Amino acid sequence: MPAYHPESELLMDYASGALPEPVALLVASHVSLCRDCQAEVARLEALGGALFDGLEGEAMAPGAMDHALARLEVTDNLEAASATTSPPSRAGRLVPRPLRDYLGDDLEALSWKTRAGVSEAALLTSFPGFRTRLLRIKAGTTLPQHTHEGSEYTLLLAGGFTDASGHYLRGDVAVADPSVDHRPVADDGEDCLCLAVTDAPLRLTGPVGRYLNFLARL
Amino acid sequence: MSAASRKSDDPPDPARLSRLVVAVGENRDRAAFAELFGHFAPRIKTYLLKQGAEAGQAEEMAQEAMIMVWRRAESFDPAKSAASTWIFTIARNKRIDALRRERRPDYDPADPTLPPALVPAAPAAADRAAELTQQAERLAEAIRALPEEQAELVRMAYFEDKAHGQIASETELPLGTVKSRLRLALARLRKALNAGGREDA
Repeated sequence: MPAYHPESELLMDYASGALPEPVALLVASHVSLCRDCQAEVARLEALGGALFDGLEGEAMAPGAMDHALARLEVTDNLEAASATTSPPSRAGRLVPRPLRDYLGDDLEALSWKTRAGVSEAALLTSFPGFRTRLLRIKAGTTLPQHTHEGSEYTLLLAGGFTDASGHYLRGDVAVADPSVDHRPVADDGEDCLCLAVTDAPLRLTGPVGRYLNFLARL
Repeated sequence: MSAASRKSDDPPDPARLSRLVVAVGENRDRAAFAELFGHFAPRIKTYLLKQGAEAGQAEEMAQEAMIMVWRRAESFDPAKSAASTWIFTIARNKRIDALRRERRPDYDPADPTLPPALVPAAPAAADRAAELTQQAERLAEAIRALPEEQAELVRMAYFEDKAHGQIASETELPLGTVKSRLRLALARLRKALNAGGREDA
């Protein structure tokens, strides 16, 4: 089971439906891999249910229920169960279902860009204000030292990495905010696969990184 | 006895609401649905209005959400959630879809990538369902007992589409204060939340 979980406020935001889609995707993917967080989300949804049940109702229009029932007659037969689940492929066994709904079954079919031992495939690219990427980091690679202007959430899907805050394995969520200046190192042995969501561009802080930032701005 | 027969005009209790959803799922029971509609549709409408829907849109969406309740009632499992929780998640997803135009990534409790765990024998479904309806009752009380400054933040989190970071910037409270108040609220609610009184959080 994962050792690093999203903080409870983040799970509450997921349960309430307040998280922006990219972060919700990362949280849902972690929760799919973590029974403790499934139980916690169920509790936080129960809290939502109790708050919701305690709301003062706003009167519906006269005849609203008859109207809804009439709509039922029309549409009842339209919605056949479409949930056909094909057996997961190799990638499918690695990628939790919420993420697979976005990526499809074949990781190789994504458009990967590779540089210095790190491959990345962007997803949810039209979502404003967030950068959502699947990252594949070659075993043993040290990433350039960097810090963040916003927050970066990383969900480990395979392999592992270590930085000053800990050693992260499958299912773990690492959170880095602007105060974190880190230099993650991928574990030896197996390539590291992770989902990374950043809500502002990262800033490279090492000497090479500063040069890359400079180039990125050109 | 039909799930739809009832004695008084008291608001239905959580156990009754669960039975009504089951009756809709098993028998397409229209009287049960009418009672659910009477209880939940106005609450869904209020929820959507709080989230910024226009009045006409809130009315329309509340009807659509209730139609989903009818259609999905078969998948309702009283051993997994209280009726109010289940309907809250339907209203929440409807809002994300219609008001924010985003997808809701839902986790899958039966995700094939999650290895089967060595879980202690699960309690019988009926016991679990009873625990959940008691949990709903305890929660309602615990929410009423929350200090107002904590209750207000919890309501903002659930009803105003604001993640805790946004709450901090809009209330001009430091992020740390928002987090600690939400955590205090959760700590107070924890006892009511843990179905059966287990401290398993």
